[in-house]
Amino acid sequence: MKPAPTSSHPGVTVLEARRLTLDYVTETGSVRAVEDVSFTVAKGERLVLLGPSGCGKSTILKAIAGFIRPTEGHVFLEGQAVSKPGPDRLVVFQEFDQLLPWKTVRENVAFPLTVARGKSKGEARRIADQALAKVGLTRALDAYPRELSGGMKQRAAIARALAAAPDVLLMDEPFAALDALTRTALQNDLLDLANDLNFTLVFVTHAIEEAVLLGTRLHLLSAHPGRTLATFDTTRFGRDSVGTPAFRDIVRNINMTLFGGATGAAA
Amino acid sequence: MTDQTADLPAVADATPPSSRPRRTFTHSVAFRRSAVLLLLAFLWQSAADWAANPLLLPSFTQTMAALCDAILHEHLLTAIVASLGVLLKGYLIALALAVVLVSLAIANIFLREALLTLTAMFNPLPAIALLPLAMLWFGLGEMSLIFVLVHSVMWPFALATFTGFQSVPEAHRLVGRNYGLTGPRYVAHILIPSALPSIISGLKIGWAFAWRTLIAAELVFGVSSSQGGLGWFIFRNRNELFTDKVFAGLVSVILIGLVVEFGLFRVLENATVRRWGTQG
Repeated sequence: MKPAPTSSHPGVTVLEARRLTLDYVTETGSVRAVEDVSFTVAKGERLVLLGPSGCGKSTILKAIAGFIRPTEGHVFLEGQAVSKPGPDRLVVFQEFDQLLPWKTVRENVAFPLTVARGKSKGEARRIADQALAKVGLTRALDAYPRELSGGMKQRAAIARALAAAPDVLLMDEPFAALDALTRTALQNDLLDLANDLNFTLVFVTHAIEEAVLLGTRLHLLSAHPGRTLATFDTTRFGRDSVGTPAFRDIVRNINMTLFGGATGAAA
Repeated sequence: MTDQTADLPAVADATPPSSRPRRTFTHSVAFRRSAVLLLLAFLWQSAADWAANPLLLPSFTQTMAALCDAILHEHLLTAIVASLGVLLKGYLIALALAVVLVSLAIANIFLREALLTLTAMFNPLPAIALLPLAMLWFGLGEMSLIFVLVHSVMWPFALATFTGFQSVPEAHRLVGRNYGLTGPRYVAHILIPSALPSIISGLKIGWAFAWRTLIAAELVFGVSSSQGGLGWFIFRNRNELFTDKVFAGLVSVILIGLVVEFGLFRVLENATVRRWGTQG
């Protein structure tokens, strides 16, 4: 038996989105991406923002990261209103070129430690090597990003975010550009890392199965603009429950909630 | 029973890329390049022997002899050093001015338009066409040369650098901002390395323009009244119909170009953008 999965700790709120309304500025004007969305994330919790494209889930993540300013509402981290980006909220992006091509894998992981966390070069290197060992990249320490496969790049990006020990880890569809086998491997590895390190995570995806597998709680959003549809507690679902009747039930349930009963629309 | 073995991070995709198969000397770039140079020298020698008129077309060997003679007895190296000194001054001044221009253009959208307009105006204007004006303003001397050199280098370099900064991928920008980098630290850690392929390309274009402009300008007058440069050496020897020395001067121009390209820029590229795989 595995140890019981970490459940949410209702007492210790790390992150709060309070009545977030977000606008997307384009050349022709501004478009409302997200309207009046609120949620809290407790320490050790893994919240998944799930919804179809156009529901503003990535925009919410950008607001949490501090890249964009909310039109209304606030993001609070450890009780403090977020006003700008910072290394206490590190992001793993979908794009493979998030690794800086002029740095080796080890330098990429050590870089935020020295530049944003005030670690010495040696200390940063030691932490980087540990983090890279955790994601199985020990053999690629001195490789440049161009020499890595897509899966290895995303592993390195996860190691880079983990190494800096942010208060909350933000992931924006990090596995969406990977092939199915690599994606499954990385999902399982992320679950292992979560059980091992008990980090707090906000994960954005449009894949329902991925959301149920990785999250402890799902926050469902509608599209145009993004509004809260429902929340689901998925703490009890792990790797072993994929394909079980209970897993299929909740996937169907989520599908109905997102698409109003239309079947077969799930990714 | 445990299912932990399946939980190990997959290392199957963690194999470093295979190293290239070892190459023999006859397959190397150096070999091919040397072969081309030898062939050119041979063709030149044959053509000169066939023409048999050293006043119009001195042979390869005559040119080499003239080159040695010029180095030993006519201070050709001093002339080259004089030329390169002026070139370096103009080049560095142009780079410094371009950095200021690009910084302003990045900071302000109006100045950005100004930079793009000025670049569009001055880029097609051959620097040498400004020489008469420069001579009028600054007289016959180093100042005039530096003026046209700055003009020849500043605009293309500023444009290349600005384009490089503009095309820094969004992912790199976001990563830098995510770490809380701002101002000079953001520029130094993110923008410059990310834009380096364009910056190096701008340095190369600037160098090529500067070298051509300088030699052309020196054909009109020397670096200074007492000490002529390489262009002046060519011009002076043509006037006295020492055609072999003219050829020696031209060979020097070409050799210096090759040394800078392969000894300087290629080394810089190999250490940076080629190694990173970011070269366009």
